[in-house]
Amino acid sequence: MFRSLLFIPGNNPSMIQNADVFSADGIIFDLEDSVDIYEKGNARNLINNYLSSGNTCPSLIVLRVNPIDTAFFEKDIELIKTKKIDYILLPKTNMDALNVLDEVLLEIENKYDLEKTKVLALVESAKSVIQIFKIAKNKRVEGILLGAEDLCNDLEIDRTNIGNEILFARSRVIYACTSNNIISIDTPNTSISDQKLLREDCLNAKNLGMKAKSSIHPSQIEIINEVFSPSEKEIKWARKVLESVELNVGKGAFSLDGKMIDKPIILKAEKIIQKANKFKI
Amino acid sequence: MINSVKRFIPENLRPYQSSDEYKIRKRVLIDKKQKQLKTVFLNSIEEAFDLFDIKSDMCLSFHHHLRNGDFVIQKVCEVIKNRDLKNLHFAPSSIFPSYTNMVDLINNGNITNIHTNYINGPVAKTISEGNLEGKIIMNTHGGRARAIESGDLKIDIAFLACPVVDKLGNGTGSYGKSACGTLGYAISDLEYADKVILVTDTVVDKIDKYQFDGKYVDAVIQINQIGDSKGIISGTTKLTKDPIGLKIAKECSMVLDYLGVIKNGFSMQTGAGKTSLAVVKYVRDIMIAKGIKGSFASGGITSSYVQMLEENLFDNLYDVQCFDLEAVDSYRKNKDHLGMSASEYGNPYENNTIASRLSFVVLGAAEIDLDFNVNVTTDSLGYLIGGSGGHADIAHESDLTVVISPLVKSRIPLIKDEVITVTTPGCDVDILITERGIAVNPKRVDLLKRLKNSQFPLVSIKELYDNAHQITGVPRKILVSDEVIGYVEYRDGSYIDCLYKANKQKR
Repeated sequence: MFRSLLFIPGNNPSMIQNADVFSADGIIFDLEDSVDIYEKGNARNLINNYLSSGNTCPSLIVLRVNPIDTAFFEKDIELIKTKKIDYILLPKTNMDALNVLDEVLLEIENKYDLEKTKVLALVESAKSVIQIFKIAKNKRVEGILLGAEDLCNDLEIDRTNIGNEILFARSRVIYACTSNNIISIDTPNTSISDQKLLREDCLNAKNLGMKAKSSIHPSQIEIINEVFSPSEKEIKWARKVLESVELNVGKGAFSLDGKMIDKPIILKAEKIIQKANKFKI
Repeated sequence: MINSVKRFIPENLRPYQSSDEYKIRKRVLIDKKQKQLKTVFLNSIEEAFDLFDIKSDMCLSFHHHLRNGDFVIQKVCEVIKNRDLKNLHFAPSSIFPSYTNMVDLINNGNITNIHTNYINGPVAKTISEGNLEGKIIMNTHGGRARAIESGDLKIDIAFLACPVVDKLGNGTGSYGKSACGTLGYAISDLEYADKVILVTDTVVDKIDKYQFDGKYVDAVIQINQIGDSKGIISGTTKLTKDPIGLKIAKECSMVLDYLGVIKNGFSMQTGAGKTSLAVVKYVRDIMIAKGIKGSFASGGITSSYVQMLEENLFDNLYDVQCFDLEAVDSYRKNKDHLGMSASEYGNPYENNTIASRLSFVVLGAAEIDLDFNVNVTTDSLGYLIGGSGGHADIAHESDLTVVISPLVKSRIPLIKDEVITVTTPGCDVDILITERGIAVNPKRVDLLKRLKNSQFPLVSIKELYDNAHQITGVPRKILVSDEVIGYVEYRDGSYIDCLYKANKQKR
């Protein structure tokens, strides 16, 4: 469970060194788009050294590798040998790519006796949006991150602040994830300085059903965490609901403050408290 | 002998004992200058050298309000070079990277001793490498004013850049083609130097509101251009975009808010570092959100403070130097944007200084040690990179002193067993805020008690020290030479540390 993932370029030593001090729930060390083609090897070495020797690693680590059809992919994947990576983020995910990833992972896992590697699928093409329910069912996939910039390039459309152009894709991600009990992660907002816009974007995604959001700058984390956390009002309500459940044992439904409380409401309250506990709110 | 911050000080100098020692020492004041003749108007700096018989062994002073845009010190250096004057004592209030003409004069023995409050750039480099024949004394801003008025720093000739001068010899920095705003650091020079020469590029009939009183001015030199106003804008006066800097600044503002010091009538000052300036932004946000109005902000003034004055968030700004052109403009136009002299700002012997009225200050550090002693004078290799400026003045006088800095800077830990140079004694530092935790000086039991139950990541300074070493490993100790090139003078005139020749081979 997480609310925010922060992308940190794999070739930025100062950001990497401070990865654990940003308030993101997880860090995505990026070897793909933010790293120049001539810097790929250096970035991989830097991440490898950091993960192998670092005493101050973030509590949740994601590694975005290069796509399967690049010369860098297999070397990137080898970083799982550090045993510090919680998820591989696979760019340009589709079913073929997932199958290749699975084979490569299996080989390394068997060779080095590693636990099964979990995967976050980066869905950023029309094809992968269409395949999304199959992707979500993959045994390694534990979450799907929507990559709206590449998706819009694929569709040859412009991104807008309102985001109507990605409503369909967002909804597909949310329904595929929710129905398979994995986490849906919203696309990053590329406007770093406009905090109002970021908040609106977060609220929009959350209200559609997204459970987390990725970010490209540490200054975005505070708002993302705030929006994707249960509010004080929600926590207060959930505690009251769960307290009333104990007073109404054996009743399928009962009334609280004039409103009916039944199983879906109780489950909702439990999820809120679970999140509040997890994020120490 | 060893002083109270455990530093070696030669026997012939008075060692620093405590920041309050000045209270038991009587203030020494020499007479202000008495001008005998009318102010004369000259056409060149050379004429002034002839008229006042400026010769070898004299002490010449300058102010630094034009910062990197100052042409006056450069032009005076050219005349000294042409006349090959020797063994001069220079006392500019600060030395900036653009003062390049000083380098040759130092290397050739024309300038052999220096008093200044801040130094950076090529002059700092050549002095650090041991090329100044005599010594460099690093003062604080308040300490320099004290040294001049007491006669400890005896100035023969003050060359004072002055954007506009009138026919009576009165001067102002408020307007003119080289406007730099307030001229606060030059007031002591004006009142106590043997001879005062204003160097200007604009002469008018009359100035209604002047900063330099013509009664102290012996001569005015009109030249084509005294400086470039754009040069007063310093890179260190811009707000940080660094995420770590922003995190520290935010945390700092939250600590200040939690401690309840951002309240109606409060006063504040921040350093000129990028992160300190981000603190200003966050404090402003808190003031707006809570409807708080402060009494004043002070120090070097930037556009951020000007904006806050215009938003009616402060009653006044007390400005000893303008850090950007918005501040210059505001100083000229806004009656609530007030100038102050260095003495009114931080002279320990002056009554009711602005520094003593500060609720809190937020300062930077190049290094800090386990006793909270701060170095803002030398880098980790011993090279001069700055100096106190007002650091030690306001750290002592303010009710609350917060130091902010990244714990690791370019793979170098901030916290040392011993800082290379003590600029500000640890007893005057209350809280250190880094991205990896907050350490309160154990002497501030009251603050520890108030912060104990907060959500802030409170740790000891030793824990921060260990944390940094976990990231970087334990760095090899940099050995500077044992050759003393100068001293750090505390604001009361005692000596808090020696400056040593940097180890050139290690750079």
